[in-house]
Amino acid sequence: MTTALNAKFSFETCVVGAANRLAVTAGRAVAENPGTAYNPLFIYSGSGLGKTHLLMAIGQSAKKLVPELNVEYLTLDEYVEAFHAAVAAGQGDAFRRRFENVDILLVDDVQFLTNRKEMQTELLRLTEALQTAGHQIVLTSDRPPGDISDLDERLISRFSGGLVVDIGAPDYETRVAILRRKAEERAARFQPGVLEAVAGGEYHNVRELLGVLNRLVAYQAVNEELTAEGAKQLLGLSEATPAAAPAAPPDEFGSFLQDVTATVGKAVEAWRARVAEAIIRWEGEGYRTKRLEALLDEETPAAVDEVITRFAADVERLKALEAEVAALDPQAAGQSLFRDPERLNEAEAAAATVQAGAAPPPGPSGAFPLSTYAVGPSNEMAVNAVGAVLEEPGRQYNPLVLIGRSGLGKTHLLHAVGLELAKRPNAVVACLSTQAFIDELIAAIDGDRVEWWRARYRRVTALLLDDVHLVAGKERTQEELFNLFNLLQGGDRQLVFTAPTHPSKLTGVEPRIVSRLEGGLVAELGEPDRAVRRAVVERLLTQQQLSPDATFVDYVADRPADSVRTLVTLIQRVIEAATAQDRPLSAGLAREVLEGQPPEKGRRTTGFRTSGLVVSSLGGIRSREKMVWDWPDPADRLLEELR
Amino acid sequence: MSLVNFTTREITCKIVYYGPGRSGKTTNLHYVYGRVPEARRGRMVSLATQTDRTLFFDFLPIDLGQISGFATRFQLYTVPGQVYYNATRRLVLQGADGVVFVADSQARQLDENIESLQNLQSNLLGMGVDIRSLPVVMQYNKQDLPRELILEAPELDDALNFRAVPSFPADALHGQGVFETLKAISELVLKKLAAGSAA
Repeated sequence: MTTALNAKFSFETCVVGAANRLAVTAGRAVAENPGTAYNPLFIYSGSGLGKTHLLMAIGQSAKKLVPELNVEYLTLDEYVEAFHAAVAAGQGDAFRRRFENVDILLVDDVQFLTNRKEMQTELLRLTEALQTAGHQIVLTSDRPPGDISDLDERLISRFSGGLVVDIGAPDYETRVAILRRKAEERAARFQPGVLEAVAGGEYHNVRELLGVLNRLVAYQAVNEELTAEGAKQLLGLSEATPAAAPAAPPDEFGSFLQDVTATVGKAVEAWRARVAEAIIRWEGEGYRTKRLEALLDEETPAAVDEVITRFAADVERLKALEAEVAALDPQAAGQSLFRDPERLNEAEAAAATVQAGAAPPPGPSGAFPLSTYAVGPSNEMAVNAVGAVLEEPGRQYNPLVLIGRSGLGKTHLLHAVGLELAKRPNAVVACLSTQAFIDELIAAIDGDRVEWWRARYRRVTALLLDDVHLVAGKERTQEELFNLFNLLQGGDRQLVFTAPTHPSKLTGVEPRIVSRLEGGLVAELGEPDRAVRRAVVERLLTQQQLSPDATFVDYVADRPADSVRTLVTLIQRVIEAATAQDRPLSAGLAREVLEGQPPEKGRRTTGFRTSGLVVSSLGGIRSREKMVWDWPDPADRLLEELR
Repeated sequence: MSLVNFTTREITCKIVYYGPGRSGKTTNLHYVYGRVPEARRGRMVSLATQTDRTLFFDFLPIDLGQISGFATRFQLYTVPGQVYYNATRRLVLQGADGVVFVADSQARQLDENIESLQNLQSNLLGMGVDIRSLPVVMQYNKQDLPRELILEAPELDDALNFRAVPSFPADALHGQGVFETLKAISELVLKKLAAGSAA
């Protein structure tokens, strides 16, 4: 049903010029990161300017990077035909499911959606489904979405929601490059200046240009070698005869341009032109060309062609390395060193590192430094334990398990420990949520690279996992964690975990892991005490550059809060109220906001009493029992009870 | 300043249209402007008086795109022809890579042509430039006027072109000779730039 991707249509065979650079760059980005970069990508241009080539190149490149990807290319007509056939066979749902499982869907010629309402609906549904699932969709058309007549508004907005790019007619330089590339592919040789003269003509698209090249090749096969002038005559590109076209003025500028081109061609040594063209080509593909640029600064460099060939070979090697790395670690493949042939050695080393699994796992977040962690009697024990861990990582308290309810600062302390440990020489600190750890393992299993994943974690000097209770019921993760735990602990490498409760109370976690967690130090973080609350208030005010009166800090610090998170929310509310009412931060305002004011007299509407909690106008939540004035009107209550 | 910059891969040529007042310098630029595709040309800047006399100078940038791997740009300038704008002329002339001397073919304008040519030579000398070392072409404009009013190209060659630089009869208003002139000066300038960069 779907058309196979034509191997000839790849990014490597695509000549990039000013007219298509944006489209090609977007296409590459999509191929490298399907579903994330531009989704959907909508490419439009006139016929014969390379839409299909680009579409297939995206598919091939993506497949090359990740061979497991399910890529489908088809024209809109094929899609319509297949849909009708499926519906006729009573297989409509199977058809839909099939396309919803495609990782990259490439649809050519969507302008034919005009007057096909049912297909528009179908495509809209499919686009939505693919986007929701994070799958990539790339469409081409001969006009922008808004210009496709009779197209559903929702489809227009869908198509325009990603990136809409156009491909223009190739400029002169691109035409020359295309002709040279195609002549090379066909092993056709032409006298110098012939292709340039041919490219000087007016062409509306690339197919027309290739047709002209075919004529030249065919002519040369049976005649003598063409000269530039001969080629122009053959193609009717010579100066127009005044009698033939009296109305159309001769293209004086085009002729001037040709003259200048010829003069520059003579004036600039041939080797410089070759180098400059190579630079334009590789720059267009996104590679750094410092080595070639350096050639241009020399007067008469030796072995120019060798340098260019070597450079091209280096670029090819970089491409291969990048592809290898992308298969293992897509993030690492995005590094700029894979685009700089001068750093080929570094790229080789980086690739080797990735292959050896040495790409560092996720580290601690810089947003949680130890210096901003509020300390008080309620968390003193945990903080002291952290101090001991930082003094001698891996020796004392290994593992350290921080427990406490949500919002008490476990994650902050965990990342703070990670940041401090990361400061040590040669430290490789893995600090991540257990969920991320599980997800990585699943992705590794899915990508058949568990060994690589293991190697990544085996080389860390410290492993810090947030919310370790999430391993509950995940047998494979527990198995991996158990082995990793033993390996790291045996090597005196620090382990730190957080959990909401004591390890012995965790359900669904294997006893062998529980016992190991208990084997270190389990430090509990209590509800924030006054000192902690005070420190949190002061830190928050300093961060926001606010200076309230002293009563405010005292008031908030004195107010009980079950967690740091709650406290921060309360302070934030007061700050927002102060800004909204343009009043200074004070204990009075805080009291007003946090404890509320008596409401105006009057009958309350039912909207205020839909639950046991009452929402105040300032956003706070008050318990109804404590606020007598919030009792609903007895008449309302009666009505409600009757309902 | 002329430039073949191998590092940035740019060629920039500054060409100045010189000549007496009302000889057709701005008309040359207007014709070129009209023939250059929109994408290739910059905005033509023309500072003129109410009677369309060039007050300061005209400027037309043209982008020829990538040629042999070099981003090639031409900057065409005109000078005000009137005698009293000599300071402006000197300013515009600075850094010129080539000069098109636009002469008025009318017989009665011969003295103005000679005076302007002398003025060009002395302004160049003032900048330390020998006119013999600078690419120059002559354009004999207004050749479309009645024969009895104008001098023909050979006569003007005899009167003005004693250095035997390339010369072109022209009718700038209708475009005859405009691009021929531009091509000739461009070729001279580019050859000179290449020779300079090779040296």
